[in-house]
Amino acid sequence: MKIIEDANREALKRMLSGDPVLVDVIPASAAIPELKQRMILHAGPPIGWDRLCGPMRGAVTGIAVFEGWAPDLEAAENLAADGAFELHPNHHFDAVGPMTGLTTISQPVMVIENRTFGNRAYCAINEGLGKVLRFGGNDEEVLDRLRWLRDVLGPAMGKALRSGDGIPLKSLIARGLTMGDEMHQRNVACSGLTLRALAPALATTTTSDDGLPEILAFVGGNDQFFLNIAMAMGKAIMDPVRDIDGSTLVTAMSRNGTDFGIRVSGTGDTWFTAPVEMPEGLYFPGFTESDANPDMGDSTIVETIGLGGFAMGAAPAVAGFVGAGAASGAAVFTRTMGEITFGENPEWTIPALDYLGVPTGIDIRLVVETGLAPTINTGIAHKEPGVGQVGAGVVRAPMSCFEQALRGFAERIGVS
Amino acid sequence: MNDVVVNKVRKGFYLDSVALMRLSRKIAEKEGIREAALMMGTPQNREIMTNAGLLEEAGRAAEGGDLVIAIRAITRETAETALIESESYLDQPMAAGGEGVAWRPRTLRAAVKSMPEANLVLISVPGDFAIAEARKAIRRGLHTMIFSDNVPLEEEAALKREARELGCLVMGPDCGTAIINGTPLAFANSVPRGEIGIVGASGTGTQEVTCLIAQYGGGISQAIGVGGRDLKSEVGGISTLMALDALEADPKTKQVVLISKPPPTEVASRVLERIAACRKPVIICFIGSGELTMPTNAVQVYTLKDAARKSLGLSLDGIENPDSVRIGQARRACVHGLFSGGTLCAEAQVIFRAAGEIVRSNSPVPGASPVNHSGEGHLLLDLGDDQYTLGKPHPMIDPTVRDEMLINSVNDITVGIILVDLVIGYGAHEDPAGHFAKILKANANNDQPIILASVTGTDRDPQNRTDQIAKLKSAGVLVAPTNADAANWAITAIQSRRGEVH
Repeated sequence: MKIIEDANREALKRMLSGDPVLVDVIPASAAIPELKQRMILHAGPPIGWDRLCGPMRGAVTGIAVFEGWAPDLEAAENLAADGAFELHPNHHFDAVGPMTGLTTISQPVMVIENRTFGNRAYCAINEGLGKVLRFGGNDEEVLDRLRWLRDVLGPAMGKALRSGDGIPLKSLIARGLTMGDEMHQRNVACSGLTLRALAPALATTTTSDDGLPEILAFVGGNDQFFLNIAMAMGKAIMDPVRDIDGSTLVTAMSRNGTDFGIRVSGTGDTWFTAPVEMPEGLYFPGFTESDANPDMGDSTIVETIGLGGFAMGAAPAVAGFVGAGAASGAAVFTRTMGEITFGENPEWTIPALDYLGVPTGIDIRLVVETGLAPTINTGIAHKEPGVGQVGAGVVRAPMSCFEQALRGFAERIGVS
Repeated sequence: MNDVVVNKVRKGFYLDSVALMRLSRKIAEKEGIREAALMMGTPQNREIMTNAGLLEEAGRAAEGGDLVIAIRAITRETAETALIESESYLDQPMAAGGEGVAWRPRTLRAAVKSMPEANLVLISVPGDFAIAEARKAIRRGLHTMIFSDNVPLEEEAALKREARELGCLVMGPDCGTAIINGTPLAFANSVPRGEIGIVGASGTGTQEVTCLIAQYGGGISQAIGVGGRDLKSEVGGISTLMALDALEADPKTKQVVLISKPPPTEVASRVLERIAACRKPVIICFIGSGELTMPTNAVQVYTLKDAARKSLGLSLDGIENPDSVRIGQARRACVHGLFSGGTLCAEAQVIFRAAGEIVRSNSPVPGASPVNHSGEGHLLLDLGDDQYTLGKPHPMIDPTVRDEMLINSVNDITVGIILVDLVIGYGAHEDPAGHFAKILKANANNDQPIILASVTGTDRDPQNRTDQIAKLKSAGVLVAPTNADAANWAITAIQSRRGEVH
């Protein structure tokens, strides 16, 4: 018990002492040297093509065309079925990605440096709303946008960031929480704050000929622009917390649209997986729950650090996705998540909850003991490839992951 | 399939997207509506609405800062009605003064965090989990009241040993009653505070004694429950001894009362040894026990009523017999006692035995026979016993458990008297007397037995004892001031009836 308490205290200390800074945007090939042609990093725990869900398949074929590995979607699908592409989790390469979350060699990735520990984490740039690759969209409009991100926004953002000392994120999150973001479904404030921090450098390092007006319009028009930054930040914060012997805190939660997987500090690199669940949510006109793909994406790294569903109290409207939907119920989500976390974050507080710190450090023991699975705020993709987002909602992590993890942990420390 | 599409754009009107999605769903669920959307008019949203066949010219012209109401319906009239309704929601988005959703802690850990000054926890979970929860509590230094039952005896003993090491008192398992610092816990009554401290291994016994003390003008400092098995050899009275320590140390307590079933000899002597060392006077009621040698500062009594009277220094011969309790001519002199309180049943048996009456019971005191014992005798039943409550609430919570037996006894020609207890207070049924009266009236009989009752409770209880007594009386029930008096009245009636017959 004492060993576990001490290990968890150390884990929480590392989480809270992280100093994540957005420092650069560089090609994935430069960020992740292991990346090569025909290699695709995806959201969630490991999975093969045969078990991939519809939107993930749509994204894989789309990215194959984008990377020039296939002339068209049909050819790409045949290649994928033949095993021509190597699939690996983002998490195995210091990266994360929302929804389908694909990372490939020529995409630009944002670089978050955790200055306390010196590690870096990466995430591609958010494509905006509507029909996008991360929700399984893969038509020419989707691929053209990816090309623009690669050729225009990525290089410009990198140049602007390199001209300064980067954008520190810890205080930016603290402000965002007071402005109504929970950094998973709500990123309006943080996206605006980021653009505000970035704009002067952009104006200096990028000209109108390099697409400055389009860049400003794109970032300014994308309420979820910050999500990918928050995710890479989450990864950068959590990686130094891995591999603490005796710690029962979760270091990653992630889903590939088929399986939900978690990793725990004291159990090394093992993924504990279970089938993903279906979010409860609201749908865009023309779509219903029967169109929905179950839960997907690495974005649950945001909940892992105490944001998203854990910070629902900061974004009361989000509670409207579930049940009776009273905004006053948002605080209940946050306080309930406090029942399964080891501590709170004193720097990330929610004014409406009397400046309660967001619940931080999911303890698998508490999850199993209370039967309270982490609450996750999420987008909902269409289950067929190529359609895109159909709604948004709230979902629970599958309890079985935590039960397996606890058993695995017990074996590891020699308790049967 | 000639759907009608209606659009309306409200310039510069913003509402949160989740609120709009909820509103859209509400409108879309209406009769005759094919699809409905309330969305800000951003390019992406306009595309979604176009794909859903919802946009006409007006909606297509909207901009990002405009709210689009788009409805597709089976008739124009339906669409227009839904449009008006949507707008009225927008104009009056929320009824004022919503209750709000409050958070309640789901675990001990969170509860302690939200109330760090608390030092007592009441645990009421299925018995399989009670010990685990109690362990968590004592390891946090909390005194613990365990309402749960069905806990193995050896686990109770182990828990109490650990708690003693940690300096925590464990009340229970199966502790139904306590009053701590004036707060009634679980099944307990609202009584004035005073100088008498109770240690009770019996829930209804503690309720009867605290209520009688209140009835006689006294008050309670603390009533500490210990659970029905604390004085068994396996547990050895750990909590009883700790409770005695606590009451001895409590400056507000001048007199201590101990209520329990008769303990085994070695436990009794350990408890009496501790009492002998106590600086305060102690009244001991081991209900059903024979006479024991008492330390000089202790007095043994044999009924709950005497425990209450003695604690206030009142005389013990205060039976007020009613003018006439006469058993009907057609009836025989057998008593059926239908008790909801186990210790009240035991007290009645003790009084019957002391009067030389033959008694059968499902939980017999020494000298009474088991219920399956064939032959003569009065039948005094504890209806709170497991055999009657299996899968049902306790009769104190759900008085219908007693209904069928009551009706049978009313119609049983051999029964001259029906003896019942009604226990009110926190946790008990909201109107047991009203229910009892209703059942009696519905099953009235020309030559029915005498119904004798007592009500354990006070006028400060939510049910109000005076009101409860009035309801019983209006149904023809004779109400005695105490459970012991009710038993004595019954004995007087049956013995005088025998006199008549002889």
